[in-house]
Formats: sequence, structure tokens, C-alpha cells
Amino acid sequence: MQQDAAGGGDKRHFFDDPRRVRGIIRLLFICCAVLILLDLVIHRHLSFAEGVLPFEGWFGFYGVYGFVACVLLVLAAKEMRKVLMRSEDYYDRE
Amino acid sequence: MIESSLHPALILIVGSLILPLVRGHLRSALLVLIPLVGFVNILGLEAGDNVSLMVSGIDIHVLHVDKLSLLFGYLFHVAALMGAIFALHVKDSTQLMTAMMYAGSAVGAVFAGDLITLFIFWELLAVTSVFQIWANKTERAISAGIRYLLIHVSSGLLLITGAAIRYHEMGQAGLTFEHMQLEGLGSWCLLLAIGIKCAFPFLHTWLVDAYPEATPTGTVFLSSFTTKTAVYCLARGFAGTEELIWVGGAMAMFPIFFAVIENDLRRVLGYSMINQIGFMVCGIGLGEGMGVNGAVAHAFNDVFFKGVLFMSLGAVLFRTGRINGSDLGGLYRSMPWTAGFCITGACSISAFPLFSGFVSKSMVMAEAANQNYVAIWLMLLFASAGVFHHAGIKIPFFAFFSHDSGIRCKEAPRNMLIAMGLGSAICLFNGMYPWVLYSLLPYPVNYEPYTATHVVLQLQLLFFSALAFASLKLTGLYPPELRSLNIDADIAIRKWLPGFGRAFSAVGGPFRDATIGVGKQFVSNLIASLKVYHGPGGLFSRPWLTSSSILVVLAFLTLFLISNYRAH
Repeated sequence: MQQDAAGGGDKRHFFDDPRRVRGIIRLLFICCAVLILLDLVIHRHLSFAEGVLPFEGWFGFYGVYGFVACVLLVLAAKEMRKVLMRSEDYYDRE
Repeated sequence: MIESSLHPALILIVGSLILPLVRGHLRSALLVLIPLVGFVNILGLEAGDNVSLMVSGIDIHVLHVDKLSLLFGYLFHVAALMGAIFALHVKDSTQLMTAMMYAGSAVGAVFAGDLITLFIFWELLAVTSVFQIWANKTERAISAGIRYLLIHVSSGLLLITGAAIRYHEMGQAGLTFEHMQLEGLGSWCLLLAIGIKCAFPFLHTWLVDAYPEATPTGTVFLSSFTTKTAVYCLARGFAGTEELIWVGGAMAMFPIFFAVIENDLRRVLGYSMINQIGFMVCGIGLGEGMGVNGAVAHAFNDVFFKGVLFMSLGAVLFRTGRINGSDLGGLYRSMPWTAGFCITGACSISAFPLFSGFVSKSMVMAEAANQNYVAIWLMLLFASAGVFHHAGIKIPFFAFFSHDSGIRCKEAPRNMLIAMGLGSAICLFNGMYPWVLYSLLPYPVNYEPYTATHVVLQLQLLFFSALAFASLKLTGLYPPELRSLNIDADIAIRKWLPGFGRAFSAVGGPFRDATIGVGKQFVSNLIASLKVYHGPGGLFSRPWLTSSSILVVLAFLTLFLISNYRAH
């Protein structure tokens, strides 16, 4: 528990500038767009044998799956909170 | 050759016993030297080496070396070295001694050739590891440690029960720790024993309960050995057991939901650990060849990326005294190196190309696809996106970025940075040059991780997961970190069981009192009636005359004589 309140308190740091944060987010959008477009360029090898899981080969399947999975995950977990969340001292009480 | 090497567990365990006897620089030197000497020692072991002892007519294989055990032997020594460097600043010699002994027990367990030897090291693992939790000395840590110990000792009891049943059924052959079919009570007991240590669903709560309560250094040791020993045992004993595919799938899926809403960041890593073990269990279920190879390679990589993540959070806890996502944020300003290592660990666990998870997790998924397990493959893909979300983004984001918590502290101590650097270097090395790891795997590897398809599709999955995180965060849909606790299956033993106990004693108490009352009444009646005949002045306690005694004896003798005379 060693805190040093004076250490670098007034120095400006990398992400203190909101333009940098916006830049990172913009970079993320660009990467996503490039990766989706690469789907058209590369010759894809399917994981499964022919006909077992046809939509694996659809354009943008992995991107859409990743996006939808994460949104569903977070929204479901948010709902779970209603059932599972307790106060921090829940187990300490009789 | 075996003649030139000691039993690998011996060096770590005997070394650990010397640790409390020395102080200062000597102890630091010893702490680093013990795993190094141990490592050099196992370099002298070769597949096929065996040592057995005859104890009370039972053949005990204390040492059995093959490719699988050697890989875990190397792994545990490097992990012990990493943990030792991370713990160099620790003054508490009990904690250091038990940590090294714990590493030794894990090494002993992976070189065990029979179930008796395995049982001994299994219990030693439980007993030595609990000190990593107790060393925190808080009331919460002590209770969590007791729960941890109870569960792990029970696992050991199941193991020895299974061994005894197998010995009864098959004799000496039943004790050999080799691949077994899941049939009969004995093998089920063994699977359950390993399943507890492996954190199977509903048996997993000890992990998320105890790991976050351990000391900053203790968690690093805990994350390296217990579950990985269990994964090793599963790979040795139960490879190709189809049930494990589904158990693994469930393990990969359910913890990520808990991880998203958990506030204690070390508990988030606990859940993510179960998720990663899920991939390994699944791989083991898929069977010999690429399944087991993938599982074992992933266990190897997991020790380092999970180690780096636990170390970076341990450093944060050490410097700030806080670990909840709701209290942290913006620490990259004060701890840039720690933040960098944390991101390396996060990229590795998320399986980014060039990082270690990429080359091992994908083997399990490829094998699931080869064997046409569509549902399992979709579950694992979901879990891959989810792990990036909660471990890859959430951990570094809430600890080091996010809003500025205002905490300004020093960078982590140098020993911690070196340990994190070592772990990160191994993550990168295995990610960029997986062939060394592949050559150590138990089966020949015929897998090429770096194909254009694999790289692009994996990046698509990850970047769109990141896009989902960013969108949810920007739209305010992302659940905030809240000071809270989420109940899990452990509510059964932490709330319901004590509640049942209280209810039972509320009903049982009066019943017990009434039963005892009746018993007491019976006994005092008995005493009273005995007093009448045997008490002072009672019929049987009066002094009798010798003549009357002789008269009674005479009467009996006469009766005896007459009855004998009549019989003839």
C-alpha cells in the first residue's frame, strides 16, 4: 500500500487528450473494415468438412459472430446481475 | 539416465525446507537457485525412466517419466522460477517455504507412476497451497482457506477411495496410473477427484472463492500448479472420454458471464481460468493426437499468460492496496511497465496472432471441427470472443485505463517487473516460434497455426469483439463496475448448508433435550433401584455369616450330586 500522491500528478499523460482516445476508436473501425474486406481477397479454408457447417464460409461470419456473441454476452450478464448480485457483506451476515 | 538425477520433487521439497533457515540475500539467491537446480536435474531424465519401491507387498512407482510428464516437469520448474522471482521481496518465510514445497508437490504428482504416490503428492498440494491463502492473514482469507482445504482434502479422499476400489478389483494393475476406461465406481471416483481440482462446473467454486483472497504472490503460485496438475492427470487417465468434451464446453462457456459482472479483478481472472481449463478439458475429451496435444500446449501457455495477468494485478494490489474494478483506473500513468505486461498477457489469453494462445487454443478448436462437433465448436468460438472481452479488454481497461481513479503510486518493484517480463517473453516466444513447444508435446504435431485463413479469421473475431465492447461502452449499455458480490454455486455451502444447520439445530435442539431428559430419567431410576438391593443395608450388600454361605454351597453340591446320579 504505497501511494505517492505527488508522483506525476500534474504531468499530462498519453490518453489525457480526448483526441487520442477518438483516434484509437477510429483505428479500431478502420481495422474492422479492412479485416472484413480481406474476407473477399483471401482464399478461405473451412474448419469443417464440406457441408457440415456451411455458414462458416459466409462472408464476414467470424466478425458478425464475434460482435453478436459479445453483445449477447454483456446483455445476458447484465440480466444475470438482477438474480445474482448481492451486497459485498452477503456471506458475512447470519 | 536416472542414475544421474535425483527424484525431481526432492530438490524442490528439500530446498524449501532450507529456506526458513537463511535470511536476506542468501535466501533470495536460494529461492531462485532451487527451481534452476531442479530444472537442470530433470534435463537428465529421459522418457522411459522408472523408479519403484516395494512397500508392504505393493509396488509403488514413485517415478515414471514419459513425454507428457516431462513437459509438465519443465513447465512447473519454469513456473516456480517465475513465481520465486515475483516473490523475492516477501519476508514471510512460511509463505515462501510452502510455495516452493507446493511446486515440489506438483512436480511429484506429474511424475507419479501409481495412484498411491499420486495421492501423497495430491494431499501435499492441498496442504502446502492453502498457506498461500492463509498468508494474507485476513479473516476472509482464513475462512476461504478453510473452505479450500476442505474441498481439496475431500478430493484426495475420493482419489484414494478410487485407488482402493481399483486395487480390490484388479490388484496391482489397478494402481498403475495409466489411461483408464470410465467404467466402475473406482474410475468414477478418480474422475471426480480430478474434476474437483480441475474446477468442473459446480465443483469450481473453491477457485473463484480462494484465489482472490490469497496474497499477491500466492495467487501467482496457485494459478500455476493445482489446476494444471489436474489437467495433466486428466490427460494421462481419461483422454478420449467423450463426456469430457461436453464438460469442457460448459466450462468454457459459463464463467465468462460471471466474469463480465464481477468487480474483483482477480476473481475475473479466476473465472477466466475456468474458461481456459474448459478448452483443455474439451481437448482431452477429443482424444489422443491433436486433442490432447492442444490441451497440453494450452495448459503450458496458460501458466504463463495467466501468470502474467495475475502478476500484473498482484503488483497493482501490492502498490495500491485495491483490486476492485470500481476502485481502479488510469494506472498506466503510474505503472506503465506493468500495464504493458498486462496487455501482453491479455493478448496471449485472447489468442492474438504472434501471442501464445493463438498456437494452442486453435488446435483444440481445429480438432473439434475435424471430429464434426458443431455445437462444441460454436461454443468454443463464443468462448474465444468472450475471453477477449472479459480478460483481454476488461482486465487491462478497468485497471490501467478507463476513468482516472486519481491513484498515483510507484511502478512495481524490480523483481516483479523481471518476473512479468520473463512470463511475457515466454508468451511471445511460444506465439512467434511455437515449434519448440510443439516438439515437447506427447504426440507428433501435424498442425500449422499461421495460415492466412486462420490469422485473418481470428483477427476478425477479436476486432469485432473489441468493436462490440467499444460500442456498448460508448452507448452506455455496458454494465458499470459495482461494489458487489455475485452468488455462484458456492451459495450451497456458504449459505444454504449453514442455514440448514441452524434450522436443524432449531428443530433438533428441543428434540435432543427431550431425548437426553428421558435417558437421564431412565438412568436415575436404574440407580435408585440398584441402591435398594446393593446400597448400604440392601439385601446383597449385607455381611453374611460363613456358616450360611457353606450351607448354600452344600445345598448346590447336593443338588448336583442328585442330578448326576439320576442321569446314570
